[in-house]
Amino acid sequence: MRPLCLAALALLLPGLLAGCRQHTDDDLPAPARWQLPEVVYTEEGRPDPSILAPVQVLHRGNGTQPEGLDPHITEGVPSSTVQRDLFEGLVARAADGSLIPGGAERWETSEDGLTWTFHLRAAARWSNGDPVTAEDWLYSFRRVVDPATGSRFSILLNPILNAEDIIAGRRPPEDLGVQVIDPLTLRLTLKAPNPLLPEVLTHNVALPVHRATVEAHGDRWARPGAMVSNGPFKLAELAMQSHIRLVRNPYFWDNDNVILDEVFFYPTEDLVAELMRYRAGELDWTNQVPATQFDWIKANLADELEVNDWFGTYYFGFNTTRPPFDDPRVTKALSLAIDREIITDRITRFGQRPTFAFTPPGVPGYEPPQPEWAHWTQAEREDHARALLREAGFGPDNPLRVEIRYNTHEDHRRISLAIAAMWYQTLGVSASLINEEFRVFLNTRRMRAVTEVFRAGWIGNYLDPMYFLELFHSTNPQNDIGFFNAEYDALLARAARTADREERMALLQEAERLLLKTQPIMPLYTYVAPRLVKPYVRGWQPNMLDQHPSRWMYLLRRDSPSPEPRR
Amino acid sequence: MLPRYILKRLLGAVPTLLILITIAFFMIRIAPGGPFDEDKALPPEILANLEAKYDLDQPLVVQYLRYLGSVLRGDLGPSFQYTDFTVNELIAEGFPVSLQLGGTALLLALVFGVAIGTIAAWRQNTRLDYALMGSAMTGIAIPNFVLAPLLILVFAVYLGWLPAGGWGGGAAGNMVLPVIALALPYMAYVARLTRGSMVETLRSDFVRTARAKGLPEWKILCKHSLKVGLLPVVSYLGPAAAAILTGSVVIEQIFGLPGMGRYFVQGALNRDYTLVMGVVIVIGVLIVVFNLIVDVIYALIDPRIRYE
Repeated sequence: MRPLCLAALALLLPGLLAGCRQHTDDDLPAPARWQLPEVVYTEEGRPDPSILAPVQVLHRGNGTQPEGLDPHITEGVPSSTVQRDLFEGLVARAADGSLIPGGAERWETSEDGLTWTFHLRAAARWSNGDPVTAEDWLYSFRRVVDPATGSRFSILLNPILNAEDIIAGRRPPEDLGVQVIDPLTLRLTLKAPNPLLPEVLTHNVALPVHRATVEAHGDRWARPGAMVSNGPFKLAELAMQSHIRLVRNPYFWDNDNVILDEVFFYPTEDLVAELMRYRAGELDWTNQVPATQFDWIKANLADELEVNDWFGTYYFGFNTTRPPFDDPRVTKALSLAIDREIITDRITRFGQRPTFAFTPPGVPGYEPPQPEWAHWTQAEREDHARALLREAGFGPDNPLRVEIRYNTHEDHRRISLAIAAMWYQTLGVSASLINEEFRVFLNTRRMRAVTEVFRAGWIGNYLDPMYFLELFHSTNPQNDIGFFNAEYDALLARAARTADREERMALLQEAERLLLKTQPIMPLYTYVAPRLVKPYVRGWQPNMLDQHPSRWMYLLRRDSPSPEPRR
Repeated sequence: MLPRYILKRLLGAVPTLLILITIAFFMIRIAPGGPFDEDKALPPEILANLEAKYDLDQPLVVQYLRYLGSVLRGDLGPSFQYTDFTVNELIAEGFPVSLQLGGTALLLALVFGVAIGTIAAWRQNTRLDYALMGSAMTGIAIPNFVLAPLLILVFAVYLGWLPAGGWGGGAAGNMVLPVIALALPYMAYVARLTRGSMVETLRSDFVRTARAKGLPEWKILCKHSLKVGLLPVVSYLGPAAAAILTGSVVIEQIFGLPGMGRYFVQGALNRDYTLVMGVVIVIGVLIVVFNLIVDVIYALIDPRIRYE
């Protein structure tokens, strides 16, 4: 009995000390200990079998527990990651994130940009061997917009004719602008030209489901034993809060090019625990990295840290429906006073990029407009900010007081604190901090009644600036900053009607320039997705959407004397 | 006598549970924000579709009555967050895990806690006593979220003896660290409780009498004193058992275990009304049952207590 307690104490002490050490631990697998073969490719461009590990089973950390696996219903990132391994949309993504033909071999657009004809792949099969037909796609698209399905993201199909009315219950699902021409030809009719439709079609709501399965099993179809899918993998196990196991789908049309035999997805909500499991060799791939461990990771696992630029912007919004934030001089002064580099270098630290624009870089053909002050020095920005604020009537005898509101989270708190300090030092503005639990915060923000300055972030689901800019359309229920600008709305409307990609992008750029002019928002940085990846996991590439289908991944043979990871 | 007493107590629990359900139901509804509020807001039409699907468009009283009705039929409703699952399924999957984990930890805490406490009381104010109680104090003071990662760091990362996380279908290896992390604070608390009451018991007249009669020390300790000294531990055990058996959010998250504990906190944060209610009902029932068990044990140990 006593030894037990003493043992507990004894093991705590070295542990505590170890936790404090910042420098290289000799007991960790140093990068050099990974002896991996040189990557050679066959003539077909596949990795040569001789370099592959004999067991092709990948273990991925995947964030929170996926809500479910029905691609038409869920909305979270963890579930869509699994769904994209299970299902294949008309359009798919290559490892680098670029669009490639998926369930459709090719497609063409009518001259007016309204009719899209998709030629389906004759070899496409469901995991039970059934062919994937145009009827399946028709059924799937109708199912998404049918209000009875309860899809969270069905509005993404709004570009399709009548989708909006069907979602709102004003028309039957049969009226959707999707037509079967023959078993291998599908036609989508849009309500307005949209050159970015293929981007939309990569989203999980545009994945197909197997009609007979859904009808036979109802709400329980998306489970092992029942689910039939058309992607590179099929569902083998779904243990809530424990793991999801996918196995190769031998009927997948491109099965010959899929190397992994099995993929495990683990819920990894606790970032420190995820790191531990990675270090213990139980995970090959983490979903995130705890910011608190930055120094340790830099010192010990720098070679395995992969920082992926991400299509999202971290910003603070001003409630412009309330004075003094209806005065652009005030919001601009507050925005200019923030030294974004201090925030990214000292607080977020994983290589986030300071930004002055709302749309992140990375959309082909779209250059996010930079306001003039993006090119100034910080000292110039601060001088200008002081002048603006004086002009707006604030100064030592009439000090500006603001409230910064954020949802309870350590990173948001630290950033809010830094902002408050910068405002105080540069402008003499005194800011108080208010934190709220996430859902309470969302509610407060939406009401626009008490908010002044609030934290926000926006991450795109596909590469389209419209996904960002329409957030501040005057009719958007999520326009929490209260930005109502007829000119802005008109520009977005024109862009939405423009079939020419270049012209559309130019209009969107003009809209964004207009938005940034008065700084109703204060963009701070572009998100990154940092994660740890074992060096033997190959075939994936960084990409703006941070989507990494297991279809492209493979494991290298490990020649190192280091022990095989335990499972 | 005993069966009638148990029946009476169980019947008496019905209004308690009803009040619990009512208060919890309305409290979670009053909290700002709803189950479908996300960073990316749902358009009003979609929100309306979802609310209709889950009956949330009905007046609150109607929802309450419907909920009560389905609870009586044993149906805890669909989860709002885990769209493919019902609350019954989630609890049916999570509860056995928490039970196995919590049960083992409880047993461990009880056996070692009582033993440590007894020894400390028996060797009161010696170095042994101080060492044991010092360790116990440390055990109470070190929170789970510190202890658990340390255990993982030492035994999984450095030594590589045990898995760093995962359930592995309840494999013994996967259970060791979480059970220890879960049991240590309880063990420490039980040890302190036991010592406190044993110190007092060992000074009482009947122990002196037993010693005077020349009974062997182990018999005095284990047979006579412990029976009395355990009373505070037993009454602590009721609520403690209910808490430990319904799972620990911290332990489950750190070790990646599929237990029920995290559903309580996550359910509340996600405004997953039905899931929170389901967990509240399970915990409520467990507390009632364990309190009853405690009272029965009390009466068995202490002849002065009689069933009314």
